[in-house]
Amino acid sequence: MGALTKADLAEMLFEELGLNKREAKEIVEMFYSEISLALENNDSVKLSGFGNFELRDKKSRPGRNPKTGEEIPISARRVVTFKPGQKLKARVENYAGTK
Amino acid sequence: MTKSELIEKISASQDQLPPKDVELAVRMILERMTHALVTNQRTEIRGFGSFSLHYRAPRVGRNPKTGDAVDLSGKYVPYFKPGKELRIRVNDSL
Repeated sequence: MGALTKADLAEMLFEELGLNKREAKEIVEMFYSEISLALENNDSVKLSGFGNFELRDKKSRPGRNPKTGEEIPISARRVVTFKPGQKLKARVENYAGTK
Repeated sequence: MTKSELIEKISASQDQLPPKDVELAVRMILERMTHALVTNQRTEIRGFGSFSLHYRAPRVGRNPKTGDAVDLSGKYVPYFKPGKELRIRVNDSL
């Protein structure tokens, strides 16, 4: 099974919601770009039922080049984390899988 | 930003669709992404990131109140890996 992509989501909005193809594509683009924009402005994004995108500020710490063993400092950085909501977690846990 | 604020922002940046349709579209996108995870299908959004399932191996946990050992079976958890563009844009805001 191939990965779900923006093209698949736009196709779904075209077929199931009756948007025209251009509108469908735009809505999908805006969905991800508005979330990105909020995160870029240091605003977390809470999508109830799905999960929360949060920002974490990491302090700088000493690192090492694993090949040469040379010490290189890892600079302070801001990263995005995703915390799945209870509902999503519960639905996924039921996946029996093949493992 | 909440889901309803996201719907408002999308509605404000286009003039073709009524907010009701935008709301439906957002709900459908989230439901489709959820369905993908539930069936262990990856979601890949270029520049934004990818969603997939990660397996957590069975382990022996503890009841924090009594200290009793509890067998916890293996399970799947949703995982998001931010894409390169999102990582850079968020870090540049620091």
